[in-house]
Amino acid sequence: MQTVIVVGNGMVGYKFCEKFVEASKNKEYKIIVFGEEPRPAYDRVHLSEFFENQDAKALEMAPAEWYKENGIDLVVDERVSDIQRGTKTIVTAKNKVFNYDYLVLATGSSAFVPPIKGVEKEGVFVYRTIEDLEGMLAYAAKLKETNPNAKAAVLGGGLLGLEAGKAVMDMGLEPHIVEFAPKLMPRQLDSRSSQVLQLKLESMGLNIHLSKATNQILGEEYITGMEFGEDDVLDVEMLVVSAGIRPRDELGKTSGLEMGVRGGIVVNNKMQTSDENIYAIGEVALYNQMIYGLVAPGYDMADVAVNQIIGNTEKLMPADIDMSTKLKLIGVDVASFGEPFMPASKGHSIIFENKTQYLYKRINVSHDGKKLLGGILVGDASDYNMLHQVYLNGMAIPEDPAQLILPASEGGSSFGDVMDLPDEAQVCSCENVTKGQICGAIESGEAKDLADVVSCTKAGTGCGGCKPMVKDITTATLKSLGIEVKDSICEHFDYNRQDLYKIIEVKGYTTFNEVLDSHGNGGHGCELCKPLVASLMATIHADTANKEYAIQDSNDRFLANIQRNGTYSVVPRVPGGEITPDKLIALGQIAKKYDLYTKVTGGVRIDLFGATLNQLPLIWKELIAHGFESGHAYGKSLRTVKTCVGSTWCRYGMAESVSFGIELENRYRGIRAPHKIKGGVSGCIRECAEARGKDFGLIAVEGGWNLYLGGNGGATPRHAELFAEQIDNETVIKYLDRYLMFYMRTAKPLQRTAAWQERLEGGLDYLKEVIIEDKLGIVEDLEKEMETLVNKFECEWTQAVNDPEVMKRFNHFVNSDEEDDNIVFVPMRDQKMPRQWS
Amino acid sequence: MSVVSSKYKTVKPDEVKVWFKAASVNDFPKDGGACVKYKDLQIAVFNFKRLNKWFACQNLSPEKGEMVLSRGMIGDHKGIPMVACPLHKKTFSLETGENLNGDIEPIATYPIKIEKENVYIGFSE
Ligand SMILES: Cc1cc2nc3c(=O)[nH]c(=O)nc-3n(C[C@H](O)[C@H](O)[C@H](O)COP(=O)(O)OP(=O)(O)OC[C@H]3O[C@@H](n4cnc5c(N)ncnc54)[C@H](O)[C@@H]3O)c2cc1C
Ligand code: SF4
Ligand code: SF4
Repeated sequence: MQTVIVVGNGMVGYKFCEKFVEASKNKEYKIIVFGEEPRPAYDRVHLSEFFENQDAKALEMAPAEWYKENGIDLVVDERVSDIQRGTKTIVTAKNKVFNYDYLVLATGSSAFVPPIKGVEKEGVFVYRTIEDLEGMLAYAAKLKETNPNAKAAVLGGGLLGLEAGKAVMDMGLEPHIVEFAPKLMPRQLDSRSSQVLQLKLESMGLNIHLSKATNQILGEEYITGMEFGEDDVLDVEMLVVSAGIRPRDELGKTSGLEMGVRGGIVVNNKMQTSDENIYAIGEVALYNQMIYGLVAPGYDMADVAVNQIIGNTEKLMPADIDMSTKLKLIGVDVASFGEPFMPASKGHSIIFENKTQYLYKRINVSHDGKKLLGGILVGDASDYNMLHQVYLNGMAIPEDPAQLILPASEGGSSFGDVMDLPDEAQVCSCENVTKGQICGAIESGEAKDLADVVSCTKAGTGCGGCKPMVKDITTATLKSLGIEVKDSICEHFDYNRQDLYKIIEVKGYTTFNEVLDSHGNGGHGCELCKPLVASLMATIHADTANKEYAIQDSNDRFLANIQRNGTYSVVPRVPGGEITPDKLIALGQIAKKYDLYTKVTGGVRIDLFGATLNQLPLIWKELIAHGFESGHAYGKSLRTVKTCVGSTWCRYGMAESVSFGIELENRYRGIRAPHKIKGGVSGCIRECAEARGKDFGLIAVEGGWNLYLGGNGGATPRHAELFAEQIDNETVIKYLDRYLMFYMRTAKPLQRTAAWQERLEGGLDYLKEVIIEDKLGIVEDLEKEMETLVNKFECEWTQAVNDPEVMKRFNHFVNSDEEDDNIVFVPMRDQKMPRQWS
Repeated sequence: MSVVSSKYKTVKPDEVKVWFKAASVNDFPKDGGACVKYKDLQIAVFNFKRLNKWFACQNLSPEKGEMVLSRGMIGDHKGIPMVACPLHKKTFSLETGENLNGDIEPIATYPIKIEKENVYIGFSE
């Protein structure tokens, strides 16, 4: 049994383990991994996602159990402090000694902090680990308590710096980027594209300072500013240093391995260091005199080292390493591939630039016009995957290469079909998956859809940049096999939601059976299409859920949310969260009478749990008598408009957020949509109503409201995007009417506004064109349709309790007045709860 | 839960000893279901109007042990008449009781007949 010790459990160290386990299945090796960080390896590339959910687990490459299951000893929170090459042992910081046969150094790199006077002050951070982010979050929160307008700067305008800029912006600090070079992203972009990017970022609220050399960090204990020249000072309360990386090569140095002049442990194309039993991979390895600060080359290195160790010695690291990158910076596409800045001696450049739309595309073509050598895309990188493949595979390009980047409307064509790629084209560079492997998985029957392809080839599981292409190849291959890929809603209809919407609207159908018999596939419907048609009927004809109740989702059918034990919860509407003491008392008395578990919801209203089916109408009769109405908590419809007290009470308030919130909640109550809708209204930028986490959010500012659209909490949280600024109440309602109606017309089933908006072709700009500029000529219709819905509103529960036919629905048994005897409650904190599921 | 679920066993047409008169056909929603009490059993009955057929099965969700199947939505899955549990949308064949989108244990089904506008469910005891 031979022992392999891996030092460093980062992305590349983990990948080494994964590949080693796969490749050495039947061979006898013991793997021991040491990681200095307190947790198993996580996805550093997507580190910024930690700001959104603060869920470190979600970033894990593999859980701790994975290592155990695969016979790997993982020791976290323990740094390796020394290598004794003579005895082939390592020593850890806790003074433990281990023997190795092979040693793999995957110690990565750390953020480079330039030796500026004062960088040690509090409030200066680097951006590399989860702990760094936690520190930043805590510090920013503290700052904002005393100064809601606090500023933060990022030192470095490269790729990582801009990402850090987005992070501080999301933390609610005023963001500043300070760059030494005269342009942003100097390594990837030429001057013109860099300018386009800068304009775009500035338009989004980022302050950019170029050609600035920082002399010192000001402040006593805490940072208060940065000084560039004598009179050139930027006041900031926090700083994130993102000025490059330095390899963590200290072990190489102390054990006398060959080192690069500026650091890094020198390796050959087998990933061996100057000691043949010691390998170095990832950001610590100096290969071709280079440190490659990207994961894909690191993964390749891991693969080479694994093969070398288990004896497949012919596997070597290629001499040319592709450094192409594509990323979304603050929502702006940026990509560069091949040779982005080709000198004129090598070929010609074709450049397309449109500053008004923040677009820049450049491709570099060989003198004979036959080969693509590289390029840069800013603003729209949808062509990146294809161009990158054309470049990598040396594919032929059109006679007029300009067609590769010209917008389709100007004679350009979306050149290139994914199926033209050669089989060996590497589609996913992180996982090294070729087009042939993807097609093969489908042709062999192993994969039947995109999800299968991803799980059996691993394509798209790394940085995720290749996903659109993986999807296109999957779709095209399925098609070539005669398997049609539709986004139809279910087996009963060949249409998607938008098609059905039009069909029902034009033909004027009013029942599910009419729609199914005339446009269905001959079946009888199911749990997917029935509620969908019910929702469309509600949007088109303002029908309530009582109209055709057998096609409603179970919750809509009983006008209540079914809970764990088959009982229901009752949520009356409390518009804007405003409630009189009398109504509050009434709620309490009713809850007490029916022994209901009572809780305040996340949407500032009161939820009464544990009502049996038979009790629902009795409870609602009493609620209605006290002036309540249905809160539609059970429907895919408007839930609440959360408000802060605003200028009515709050000393900071700039507008009456409660009054406006109530008006909006009452306006949109009851409308049925593809998914639930939530709103929020805050009286000032302190944003106490968390309006930007809602489908629509309003924040009062000097001169009116800022309107934000398309946010949500839930499993994939997303901040709403700023849609319009300083608009008055009337304009807010006008835009919201149009927006919601447009969403209801065109979204997919069960798609929240956030997901819908994110996938809208043309994004927020397109949305503005449709809703503000009326590009499609539909706003009048949208407003009319919304007006009809608003005017036809009726409380479903009032309808229900007044109709004996409807009331029959709420008996648990058709042949007995008894209640379900299977329901068991157990006590909890002075109330009750359902017994546990076994 | 296992005590409860063990009470529900599929009854085949030739095993019926008792035809229990449950309710009038009008007490059941069209293309929907309702629950019938028989001794200490809860039976979900569905009026599958589009097929002009009636189905009966246990009201108990085999996944979670709650009495909810009668409140589920019915329809078909590749032609097989089915009910979807309102808790987590597990679907069960109304003909065989088999779980169509997973491998949960099957539900018990019961024979059903309509006579003079009344619904009868067949039990073996
Ligand atoms: C915010 C951010 C965004 C990024 N975005 C991208 C991107 O979009 N695309 C891309 O390709 N790359 C991106 N990168 C770079 C990418 O994350 C790195 O290339 C990759 O993580 C390198 O992996 P590694 O395993 O070599 O190093 P690391 O991930 O740094 O792992 C090294 C690990 O070794 C540990 N270690 C060090 N010394 C010791 C020791 N003596 N004993 C024990 N443990 C030790 C360290 O604590 C660390 O956990 C990004 C990086 C950051 C920080
Ligand atoms: S958001 Fe509302 S409650 Fe918060 S400070 Fe501003 S006005 Fe006051
Ligand atoms: S977060 Fe999960 S457990 Fe909590 S209420 Fe929502 S669905 Fe239920």
